[in-house]
Amino acid sequence: MNPFSSGTRLRDMIRAIRTCKTAAEERAVVRKECAAIRAAVSDNDQEYRHRNLAKLMFIHMLGYPTHFGQMECLKLIASSGFPEKRIGYLGLMLLLDERQEVLMLVTNSLKQDLNHSNQYIVGLALCALGNICSAEMARDLAPEVERLLQSRDPNIKKKAALCSIRIIRKVPDLSENFMSPAAALLKEKHHGVLITGVQLCTDLCKASPEALEYLRKNCTEGSVRILKDISNSSYAPEYDISGIADPFLHIRVLKLMRMLGQGDADASDSINDILAQVATKIESNKNAGNAILYECVETIMGIEATSGLRILAINILGRFLSNRDNNIRYVALNMLMRSVVVDSQAMQRHRATILECVKDSDASIRKRALELVCLLVNDTNVKPLTKELIDYLEVSEEEFKGDLTEKICSIVERFSTEKLWYIDQMLKILSEAGSHVKDEVWHSLIVVISNAADLQGYTVRSLYKALQTSSSQIGLARVALWCIGEYGEMLVNGACMLAAEEPVTVTESDAVDIVEVALKCHSSDITTRAMSLIALLKLSSRFPPTSERITELIMQNKGNLELELQQRSIEFSNIILKHKNIKTSLVERMPVLDESTYMGRKEVSSQDVPAVKTSKTAPSEALLNLPNGVKKPPAVYMGDLLDLSSDDVPATKPSTNDFLQDLLGDLAVPVSSGAPLSGGSDILMDLLSIGSPIQNDSSLSNSVSTGAVNSSAVSSLASLSSLTSPSISVSPEASIVDPLRGMDQIKRQPPSTAPIVDLMDGLSNHVVSVAGSEKLDFLPITAFENNSLKTVFSFTKFPGRPQVTQIKATFTNKSLNSYTDFIFQAAVPKVH
Amino acid sequence: MIQFVLLISRQGKVRLTKWYSPYSQKERSKVIRELSGVILTRGPKLCNFVEWRGFKVVYRRYASLYFCMCIDGDDNELEVLEIIHHFVEILDRYFGSVCELDLIFNFHKAYYILDEVIIAGELQESSKKAVARTIAAQDSLVDTAKEQANSLSNMIVQATK
Repeated sequence: MNPFSSGTRLRDMIRAIRTCKTAAEERAVVRKECAAIRAAVSDNDQEYRHRNLAKLMFIHMLGYPTHFGQMECLKLIASSGFPEKRIGYLGLMLLLDERQEVLMLVTNSLKQDLNHSNQYIVGLALCALGNICSAEMARDLAPEVERLLQSRDPNIKKKAALCSIRIIRKVPDLSENFMSPAAALLKEKHHGVLITGVQLCTDLCKASPEALEYLRKNCTEGSVRILKDISNSSYAPEYDISGIADPFLHIRVLKLMRMLGQGDADASDSINDILAQVATKIESNKNAGNAILYECVETIMGIEATSGLRILAINILGRFLSNRDNNIRYVALNMLMRSVVVDSQAMQRHRATILECVKDSDASIRKRALELVCLLVNDTNVKPLTKELIDYLEVSEEEFKGDLTEKICSIVERFSTEKLWYIDQMLKILSEAGSHVKDEVWHSLIVVISNAADLQGYTVRSLYKALQTSSSQIGLARVALWCIGEYGEMLVNGACMLAAEEPVTVTESDAVDIVEVALKCHSSDITTRAMSLIALLKLSSRFPPTSERITELIMQNKGNLELELQQRSIEFSNIILKHKNIKTSLVERMPVLDESTYMGRKEVSSQDVPAVKTSKTAPSEALLNLPNGVKKPPAVYMGDLLDLSSDDVPATKPSTNDFLQDLLGDLAVPVSSGAPLSGGSDILMDLLSIGSPIQNDSSLSNSVSTGAVNSSAVSSLASLSSLTSPSISVSPEASIVDPLRGMDQIKRQPPSTAPIVDLMDGLSNHVVSVAGSEKLDFLPITAFENNSLKTVFSFTKFPGRPQVTQIKATFTNKSLNSYTDFIFQAAVPKVH
Repeated sequence: MIQFVLLISRQGKVRLTKWYSPYSQKERSKVIRELSGVILTRGPKLCNFVEWRGFKVVYRRYASLYFCMCIDGDDNELEVLEIIHHFVEILDRYFGSVCELDLIFNFHKAYYILDEVIIAGELQESSKKAVARTIAAQDSLVDTAKEQANSLSNMIVQATK
């Protein structure tokens, strides 16, 4: 051997790499080899070119860069011998992909090799073309491949067929040229040619509607014949897999039949019989048989099959579902997912089995089954299904609980018809997996509770019981705290008892106890603790005897390290100690939350996700300050402030109590200057409640944008806030006000902090109503009217999206005749 | 359609990769890392399918090697298991009870065989014998070419003596 040529053999290099103990050693060996190969490349060494390329491929597989070998592939392909070409094409397929420019250089060599006299060289070229050809190469070489489809050698034919598949996937326009040669392939006897031919037909059907039409006409019978022949053929060892003749061919023909029969009654009619035969004849004890049955069921579901055949398919699925092999069950679930639209009634029969699969130990199966269950839920079965799922929630693995809880909540929300059932289910979910429940889910639960006056007593008592047993579930704790704060007296006096309810005796101090536990529990987060403080404040007025203890509890947090809790604690103790006269009205029960507004806003907030982001920008500062000014309960100078804010305020009520009453009670204050008042009152109420951070953000953006557009009320709000600031700092009540100014800071924290949320919530309510009044500016117009037709346009603007106007056109037929083929055309000027 | 074929050892070493859809070098190593993390950690009795980026990866373990094929969402998973087995049986016959070392030192041969089984992400031949025949024929072509080259160089050596 020439000692100066690239030294080691392939085998030796692999061995050297394998003996390396560390990655660094391996890199050293590879670097040395690569250097030698590079040298050989630049010397244009011919003798060892193929060996060098083989080495490069191995190095490539280890993940090292090998681009310098790409040209070597081309050189090897261009050489005349078979061994060189073989390794050259292999290198081409491994080291390059269709996106590399270098690939274009090989087109000419490929063309020559496709016309070579040696069938194996033609085979190599077809294989390379089939694996990596680009759209341009496909166009250039399609005629060659088309010609080779008619070759006499089956080996070339099958490779050409697969190559054609690649070509039509890259350039669907070429489908036309391949239609008739593809159809001709189905008349062959050689299985390789049949398999690839059938696959080519399937791909043609996908690629072009004309091809589908052509093949439907010319190949339906042919495919039936192929399937008949193999399923009736005697034992052929060459193609036999566990007792079945060529399952691969079976499956491919079934796939083609699905394409041909889809949406075509005639074609479906001619394949029904053979499908029935396959479905009944194939044994299902081996994987190969099951693979065929699986494909067969899918074809039956895909075509216009007879009802008998459908039942047969559903039964096969049922057998699959109860199989003990996980693979089989997985595909059965997969199949059910797809056929649930075809025949949901039949699917319902397998509900129990599917539910079992939700509890499987295999994550792939669990995921499929859970999705399927959600598709199966309807009004009649929602109760038993939910019960099953909730029962399972108790024992499921921790990492699966998140998914499961989300799905159950969505089912319960979607299908609940009665509030009691909804509340019951949510309580169960909260007690089992309260920590996995999303914020908006428990927010809407609270909205529902607030609207169900007759169930509030029952709910608060059940929550109390649940919280005693599972206090670590965050979601549960929050809902329970809110309800205990709001409906504390119902907990104690047992009001609104339901017939089936077990009576409980809860004393006032028991109620305070449980809130105290939540406040002090180490696992509670800030929001939960803040909510406990609010609940305590509310209870202090509901249960006067416990007032002292509550004051003490609240005072304990005056020095809390969390700014949020400290603020609340200081505010609340001030309210309790210094403002007894207003406390009762201040902590009154929340007004009933409006369900429809809540749901509406929920939708808006889910649509306007980008708007949420932009809301945290500078202009919001001014608005954010606003609550500070308006909120201050002692209203001696409040009147002044309001006077300052807008000149057209008639006369602010001078008496403190009256004013507050007004603030708390009458929400329907006249629009323009009264707006700050109603906003303030909401704020006051909401401050003491929980809120929904996400909506707040979006409604905030609403308020910002409407403010920017025109609303004078909003700008006056902004000026109000700036005017209030100085008076706040000198006011004797600074201790109340100042903590609230911290809201600005908190606002930048994660959105779960309740108070700002509500401050803004109230504000947005008001601003939205301003936006609502703005709607009136766009009166409906009559766009067209004669004695037979009237067209009226009405307009809606969405707050937060001033550039969007929704126009609703109402057409009224004033004549006695009925209109048909009515066409409405509108010309709109282009605005850039 | 099969998107790609991967052979990974239990230690996570790549033994063979074949890509039927374009993936850049960077994506390739990312895919391999991601999938070996998922597949190698799955328990023995679980199903052989993993859902991944909208595709499905069908895998099957033979001794220390995992054979993985990534397929489209609507392909037949059970059939792909058979294709994997089909490929393994052909390898087995060719090498005579194949082991991981065969595939390391003769990786190019494994690729040649794969090219006779799958082209363009579709199955090419359902007969193991037919594959064995074409591979054997091509191997013998290579051998004759080598012999000729050897005898030629011998002749040159003798002539120049």
